[in-house]
Amino acid sequence: MIAEIGHYALVLALGVALIQSVAPMLGAARSDPVLMGVAGPTALAQFALVAMAFAALTACYVSSDFSVANVFENSHSAMPLVYKFTSVWGNHEGSMLLWVLILALFGALVAAFGGNLPATLKANVLAVQSWIASAFYLFILATSNPFLRLPEAPFEGRDLNPILQDIGLAVHPPLLYLGYVGCSISFSFAIAALIEGRIDAAWARWVRPWTLAAWMALTLGIAMGSYWAYYELGWGGFWFWDPVENASLMPWLAVTALLHSAVVMEKRNALKVWTILLAILAFSLSLIGTFLVRSGVLTSVHTFASDPTRGVFILAILILFIGGGLALYAWRAPSLKQGGLFAPISREGALVFNNLFLTAACSSVFIGTLYPLALEALTGEKISVGAPFFNLTFGPLFIPLLLAVPFGPLLGWKRGDLYGAAQRLIGAAGGAIVVIAVVFAVLHGGPVLAPFGIGLAVFAMAGAVTDLAERAGVGRVAPSVALARARGLPRSAFGTAIAHFGLGVSLLGIVCASTWGDERIVSVKPQETVSLRSYDLTFEGLIDRQGPNYRELLARFTVRHGGEVIGSMEPSKRSFASRQSSTTEAALMSRGFSQLYLSLGDSNPDGSIAVRLYHKPLVLLIWLGAVVMVVGGLLSLSDRRLRVGAPRPAAKSAMQPAE
Amino acid sequence: MTRRQRRLILIGSSLGVLVLATVLVLSALKDSIVFFNSPSDVVEKHVVGTRIRLGGLVKPGTVQRGQQLMVRFEVTDGNSAIPVSYQGVLPDLFREGQGVIAEGALEQSGVFKADSVLAKHDEKYMPREVADSLKKQGHWKDDYEKKK
Repeated sequence: MIAEIGHYALVLALGVALIQSVAPMLGAARSDPVLMGVAGPTALAQFALVAMAFAALTACYVSSDFSVANVFENSHSAMPLVYKFTSVWGNHEGSMLLWVLILALFGALVAAFGGNLPATLKANVLAVQSWIASAFYLFILATSNPFLRLPEAPFEGRDLNPILQDIGLAVHPPLLYLGYVGCSISFSFAIAALIEGRIDAAWARWVRPWTLAAWMALTLGIAMGSYWAYYELGWGGFWFWDPVENASLMPWLAVTALLHSAVVMEKRNALKVWTILLAILAFSLSLIGTFLVRSGVLTSVHTFASDPTRGVFILAILILFIGGGLALYAWRAPSLKQGGLFAPISREGALVFNNLFLTAACSSVFIGTLYPLALEALTGEKISVGAPFFNLTFGPLFIPLLLAVPFGPLLGWKRGDLYGAAQRLIGAAGGAIVVIAVVFAVLHGGPVLAPFGIGLAVFAMAGAVTDLAERAGVGRVAPSVALARARGLPRSAFGTAIAHFGLGVSLLGIVCASTWGDERIVSVKPQETVSLRSYDLTFEGLIDRQGPNYRELLARFTVRHGGEVIGSMEPSKRSFASRQSSTTEAALMSRGFSQLYLSLGDSNPDGSIAVRLYHKPLVLLIWLGAVVMVVGGLLSLSDRRLRVGAPRPAAKSAMQPAE
Repeated sequence: MTRRQRRLILIGSSLGVLVLATVLVLSALKDSIVFFNSPSDVVEKHVVGTRIRLGGLVKPGTVQRGQQLMVRFEVTDGNSAIPVSYQGVLPDLFREGQGVIAEGALEQSGVFKADSVLAKHDEKYMPREVADSLKKQGHWKDDYEKKK
């Protein structure tokens, strides 16, 4: 019964979405306020209906209703309650439902808080939003219906893929989807602007908060996914340049570029056409990201073909929105009024520099991710494009970007003073050089690039501090005045500096963990000791125990540092009977920002067990940096809410997504 | 600076970045991609020293563990089998009769020396390339496909 209610609600949502796709747009074309007014209530109704459908599926999972095929495939009655919730989106059908839930949520937010948008723009945006929604409802109902029943209810479910039974994976997809779907708002705004043939600085002001919110969700989602891969996959890597990871990195790069170009548009009314294109591209990459991961196109061209309806549907959606969006762009963009040009050395110029390198880096990832697919389709040759490719392409394209980060905020609008900016950055650069020299001196050789990487990170961090100090006038005025000035700085200034600082923090973590990480892979017998970097781990023995839906083989190690006991680590291997598979649960011990990482291999008949022990210096900084970036984004977002007296403050405050 | 010059600088720098990116991508594609081979391919080509990925099933009864985490096993696609040597910890899903991908190079002796072994974590527990080459060799077990 519950499943049928959910199914029915989803069908109703499609009906409502179809009305919302047409009526408001007609209204906008005819300046008919009644027709335009349809958009608001329908957007809210859509959200209510999809929420009902999602709640219904969740109820099926929580009550372990195995007569629903989707629940049978992905759940098990013995699974802990939290994983019953998370397995709702731990599969293709359910995750698509989560996708439309977030899409409907964003649509409802625009409807509810977009009161100060021009009526036609609002109507068009909501109509475009509803096109996307309709396509997805159709896709779910026609090819991926999560509410299908089995003719005979099985006694027990097949269990969720054990590797997904983890709290990190519970949070990761919703965050990523918030980011992906958040891009749909800027896409809808871009399409609406193209339809109306009008775009101005106010447009950028409305789009920016949404883009910022999407960017923050993506940043957190990617960091979460990376941390999950680090501790769950058992070999201590934090980024594998796996196609699935790249699928989320590409939208992030595009949104980051969009965020920066929207600043130019808002402040200087320039780069309009480019910003529109970026908005379309960002959402296109999000769509590609969603589908490539979910449909398995990337890992398998053949899974794609094995379900022809789904594959064709996905292709149709991609072609419709990406092709349609770009075609509309090609047709209408030339008629948009061009913005002004500016001197190359200026804040705008720096932001263009940022955009150029971000999009170039994004395309290199795109090629590396999709080239194997294309090659296989054309020649049948199978290749793998791995980390070496990305290190050779993405790396060199990102380094100039990082070097330029501290300069951007120090350059003035219109006409900047590069020499002046460089002078102000002397402290930061000096600090970086000293750090490089110290690292070289301490290491006596070793990897040559790593000290420069650290220097670059220090430069980015010190540059962010310099930016704030310069704005407050530290050193030029009395400390008390500088403090007062710093307090008076807009929050967005802090937001920028903190986000750039976070970038440096992440870079520092990446360089240190990947260069100076140490590992030992050995086989140990009880009471034997493994040593690594002045840590001694003694293997105390194996414990066999039963978890809720798995058996667990747990190894206990006592950790000593310089002879003193500092704790114990208990890595384990879990075997899940229902899927005949096992996972490795690594044990982590944090020492400051560094971590000891211990995971188990096979146990041998003689009582010994293979272990991998890693020391990962400063590894936590990688994810901490992402959190710092998001804090910067939050500050920037809150600035726009609180700024009073700026033109159209009401419109801006109304555009804040409620988090 | 005139409008024209500004525009030229903008277009010029865009082109510059584009060229840089293209050069990087092309050179990286030339040097850093790894081809996938089935045991039959390896027997057929027998290229010693080139880095490749070898994929197939772990031949039952061939896994031998030696000292210091040395492992030897054979990878088969039903028609040919290639002996593989690897030192390290095998992934969780490594099992006899299951799909596996080893990355490394063939040595003069005919042994494939792997420096990484993957047993991929996908829903079907079967690396796609392995499934494809098994299909090609006619040794595909249908029960793997039931799920989707």
